[in-house]
Amino acid sequence: MKFSSEYRDAGAAQGYAHEIRRITTRPWTIMEICGGQTHAIVKFGLDELLPKELELVHGPGCPVCVTPLELIDKAVQIAQRPEVIFCSFGDMLRVPGSESDLFAIKARGGDVRILYSPLDALKIAKENPAKQIVFFAVGFETTAPAHAMAVYQAKQQGIQNFSVLVSHVLVPPAMEAILGSETNRVQGFLAAGHVCAIMGYEEYIPIAARYKVPIVVTGFEPLDILQGIAMCVAQLEQGRHEVENQYTRAVPEGGNRAAQQFIKEVFQVVNRKWRGIGEIGASGLGLRPEFAGFDAELRFDVGDYRAEESPLCISGLIMQGQKKPHECSAFGKQCTQEKPLGAPMVSNEGACAAYYRYRRAELAAAGKASQR
Amino acid sequence: MSTIKDFTLTCPLPVSDYPTVTLAHGGGGKLMHQLIEKMILPAFNSPLLETRHDGAVFELGGARLAFTTDSYVVHPLFFPGGDIGSLAINGTVNDLSMCGARPVYLSCGLILEEGLAMETLWAVVQSLKRSAEAARVQLVTGDTKVVDRGKGDGVFINTAGIGIVEHGLTIAPASVRAGDAVLLSGDLGRHGIAIMAMRQGLEFESQIESDCAPLNGAVQKLIAGGVSLHCLRDLTRGGLGTTLVEIAEATGLEITIDEMKIPVREDVSGACEVLGFDPLYLANEGRMIVFVPQGEVARALELLRTDPHAAGAVEIGWVSQEHGGLVKMKSRIGTTRIIDMLSGEQLPRIC
Repeated sequence: MKFSSEYRDAGAAQGYAHEIRRITTRPWTIMEICGGQTHAIVKFGLDELLPKELELVHGPGCPVCVTPLELIDKAVQIAQRPEVIFCSFGDMLRVPGSESDLFAIKARGGDVRILYSPLDALKIAKENPAKQIVFFAVGFETTAPAHAMAVYQAKQQGIQNFSVLVSHVLVPPAMEAILGSETNRVQGFLAAGHVCAIMGYEEYIPIAARYKVPIVVTGFEPLDILQGIAMCVAQLEQGRHEVENQYTRAVPEGGNRAAQQFIKEVFQVVNRKWRGIGEIGASGLGLRPEFAGFDAELRFDVGDYRAEESPLCISGLIMQGQKKPHECSAFGKQCTQEKPLGAPMVSNEGACAAYYRYRRAELAAAGKASQR
Repeated sequence: MSTIKDFTLTCPLPVSDYPTVTLAHGGGGKLMHQLIEKMILPAFNSPLLETRHDGAVFELGGARLAFTTDSYVVHPLFFPGGDIGSLAINGTVNDLSMCGARPVYLSCGLILEEGLAMETLWAVVQSLKRSAEAARVQLVTGDTKVVDRGKGDGVFINTAGIGIVEHGLTIAPASVRAGDAVLLSGDLGRHGIAIMAMRQGLEFESQIESDCAPLNGAVQKLIAGGVSLHCLRDLTRGGLGTTLVEIAEATGLEITIDEMKIPVREDVSGACEVLGFDPLYLANEGRMIVFVPQGEVARALELLRTDPHAAGAVEIGWVSQEHGGLVKMKSRIGTTRIIDMLSGEQLPRIC
């Protein structure tokens, strides 16, 4: 396919792998921020091509994974209401809340719909004036402009029966939380290309300088990731800690200014809870006071609800790069893709799901071999 | 995958993880398999069911027959490349064909929703007629029921079919041997994307039409041509990935496929990139995999390619003994990954 097959070329991949092996002299730990990158790494077996000195750890960049449990519960509570049409991106439906998930609500007769664009929710709102349309506005900086646009248009067009349940999170504060942790192992980052396509990469420059870590803005195709790793290792080996851009075909330094303007107009920076990690200051987006009328938490009075995580799930440690999915005692046992305990097992982009889908049989075979 | 031994007679409700049926229980993936393994198979306890084939094959009155049934619920009723009528004929024809049978007679049960436009019903009936003629089968018995408005999705169809087995081959997973080649009858995933595009109102540069087609012609050519068929499977809801895992698990053999050899049309792979889908798990309605001994690959491909519905047949992999029960894929960049069964439905991703 145009625009993807040329980034999956076997010869070029082996070339980058060779280059990485050539320049790597010491052990390094690199974190890929985005879940899309994690999946490409596992799906294409990119880690098989890397020297054993190099460890990739999987970052918190899966919006489904970091959405806090209590927000899933709030979504479930709202979606149960008979007057509500609850709209969401597809992979949020299977994320387990404390007692139920949105799929189960749908099975019990709730009107839960999968949409591709939040603007489609506005259309549904206009077509169903007697119903309350709620959109689950989840994601990083990547999805924020579209959500901002939907809320902005709803206000402009006076659409009263539309609201958003917001759980927006931001990448740079999460990186700082990981780097600031006493147990941090991450020495270099592959930054999430699509987040940077919106936000640019200026905000990473002070982080690279303060924590002395190389940050390489990286795409999602196998060659992108291998090139990003090569650039990151080169910096580490040379003792540099700069922000570099591998994904130049999509990311300008300043990002997409128009999209940023929309985000600023509708959202403000707020403290956010991250599932499995806890609250991080100034790490998310919430609606500005002038758009509070579109806040589903206020409209359905679920703002004060609190919930506790499953004690078995170590998703927080996994998303901070301190544990690998198969090191969790519940992995593949109490927690499977059919019955996930924690969100990283649910999402297409979750690290646990990636290991479960592509590595489970191998891990089991390795486990058996080591028992012999 | 869990097996029947997990089921204990003391458990009053064997599929206890879910108090209600979810869509994933019909999705062709793991949950559906669990439902069948834990609830359906133990309840009916028949050696013919135990073969877990697309249909039952048995001797009756001196003839070897195949018998199958399938229900069709599709929204929208009409889509590029097909409709519920052509699905209902081809699906049952294909199930019989996968048993190595020549499909002969079909039944047709229509469940209609009050308020359905007569014109729509007429179009469905015409499609049933055309598809039956094209597949050279006869609709010989049927039934019609009407349900209240809101209790059906326009039209639901059930078809059952009888076919005759006119050869001595055992076409089943048990016949698959290490060293067999895996053939695929054409490109993957068009049905899944065609339906998804219609449902979601997605538009691509060119229209993607379903691959819905009868496979009996191609199968009959292989049999008439004397190919030693070991196993046939049509690729339906769970796609190529799920079907291969089923066969690997049933045989205890390893199957390796080569990503570079699997035909996926550019527009389909483009749609998959946009939606976050894997073509290996997309639904197909006119594709099958064929297991034959390595020495018969050239002949089998030659025969398949003479059929209009298998003109794009290719060899995609092989069977070996290494890691029993696993499916592996050589990726286009030269690494290897495990192919797992699809869990639940493929869900469009956030970003």
